[in-house]
Amino acid sequence: MRRIGWNWLGVLPFFAFAALFLVLPTMNIVIGAFRNPEGEFTLANLAGLSAPRIVDSFAISIKVSLASATLGCLIGFAMAAAVVMGGLPGWLRGPLMTFSGVASNFAGVPLAFAFIATLGRVGLVTMLLRQWFGINIYAMGFNLLSFWGLTLTYLFFQIPLMILIITPALDGLKREWREAAEVLGASTGQYWRMVALPILFPSLLGTFALLFANSFGAVATAYALTGSSLSIVPIMLFAQIRGDVLQDPHLGYAMAFGMIVVTGIANLAYVIMRSRAERWMR
Amino acid sequence: MRRLWSWGALILGALYFLLPLIGTIEFSLRMRRGEYSLDAYRSVLADPNFRATFGYSVAMALLTILLGVLIVVPTAYWVRLRLPRLRPVIEFVTLLPLVIPAIVVVFGYIRLYNTSSLLPLTGSATGTNLLLLCGYATLALPYMYRAVDTGLSTLDVRTLTEAAQSLGAGWVRIIGSLIMPNVLGAVMSGAFLSFAIVIGEFTMAALLNRPAFGPYMQLLGANRAYEPAALAVIAFGATWACMGLLQLISRLAGVRKTAK
Repeated sequence: MRRIGWNWLGVLPFFAFAALFLVLPTMNIVIGAFRNPEGEFTLANLAGLSAPRIVDSFAISIKVSLASATLGCLIGFAMAAAVVMGGLPGWLRGPLMTFSGVASNFAGVPLAFAFIATLGRVGLVTMLLRQWFGINIYAMGFNLLSFWGLTLTYLFFQIPLMILIITPALDGLKREWREAAEVLGASTGQYWRMVALPILFPSLLGTFALLFANSFGAVATAYALTGSSLSIVPIMLFAQIRGDVLQDPHLGYAMAFGMIVVTGIANLAYVIMRSRAERWMR
Repeated sequence: MRRLWSWGALILGALYFLLPLIGTIEFSLRMRRGEYSLDAYRSVLADPNFRATFGYSVAMALLTILLGVLIVVPTAYWVRLRLPRLRPVIEFVTLLPLVIPAIVVVFGYIRLYNTSSLLPLTGSATGTNLLLLCGYATLALPYMYRAVDTGLSTLDVRTLTEAAQSLGAGWVRIIGSLIMPNVLGAVMSGAFLSFAIVIGEFTMAALLNRPAFGPYMQLLGANRAYEPAALAVIAFGATWACMGLLQLISRLAGVRKTAK
């Protein structure tokens, strides 16, 4: 008996820390989402999420996350496949992986600055396009502080993350499978459609979910890029915590709860898909 | 044909990544009219707020690493040694910060530790610093734990512990002078990632009103034109340095492992 007691003591500091600074604060928000200012239980806060401004903010957040996750997956996959199996020189792989490690961590405020300096109104690419080709992208309706601007910026950390996660999965595709398919007379297209993609599918879907959650929770990049002009959920919540843009303070709890639900579902999908993908990775 | 497609994908991708970097560097040199100069960098480096906030964030990052090591190493060791059945639970908890957005966690802090609560951490500057430190340690937890756990998996924890115990070592001694040196490489890689995360962190510091580097960068971005680009170049350089050191260390650790 005494032994069991001692053993538990060893992990007590960890659980105390996790409870105080991770679990309890989150629980506090979740419970707060179901309470009114008097402390009684209510569903009114969640009903408050149906206000047009909040529905819009969730809609645009989900749209940006979907777009940046989809494009991130496609482009990242193309780049990873090019290096792993595209017949490119082998030395390219090392630098690509190192760079992906750096770029996937280069998010937040500096990333926003980099894109303002590049695609802002007087940014390098904007100016060059105007001087060399006479194309004024801002006159054509492009704006960095918009849905596409934000998506384009998020891709800078989404693509590298995809490359980092999908490369091991591509390595796991066995040469024998391709050879077997070729012996049976399959074309490259058939090999991809009927062998490689079905095997990679759980990995792809899982990574997609991870990228989705990754961009859904991001605050700093969007805040530094757009201030509060583009009302995505994290920015609305940020403004709500800071001051008081919404009239009802308890609506903040409900928005935070909504964020947990969305990222929670995405991460659950990732975990499930990952365990399926591991069947092939042995 | 396949090679052509591959080069195409790679070059387009590389273009997307290089253009913003070139754009930022070019923009950061444009401060003086008509010629390139380092004025923006000079202006940034001369700003006392830059030094103060950067210093604050570096100090916080180092403390975060220390706190993270103190929490993660003994826990990961103990779980491997005595409570292997608890491993999935610990792993789940350490992954939670990736699921729950940082903005939600800090919202919870503000509600849970405000001046009218049992533990009024936000009431004083020291208390808020402590809260921010714990918040940073939470953010770093997934990276730190995975690094250390991977490091421990290369050791035979049980045999090492029994040998040390039969020589009369106590727990503090075992963790301090036996386990620590053995997982140092792993701890370092966790440390560099934590460092990179904490230096640029914006949300927690801004909402807790602490004078960190992230909020300073945001403020500068809202008020200046060329300095932010210079800051972005500096920040990218710092991230690059952290990741480079990380690679170097993991390579050295790898060399040692194969040499054994």
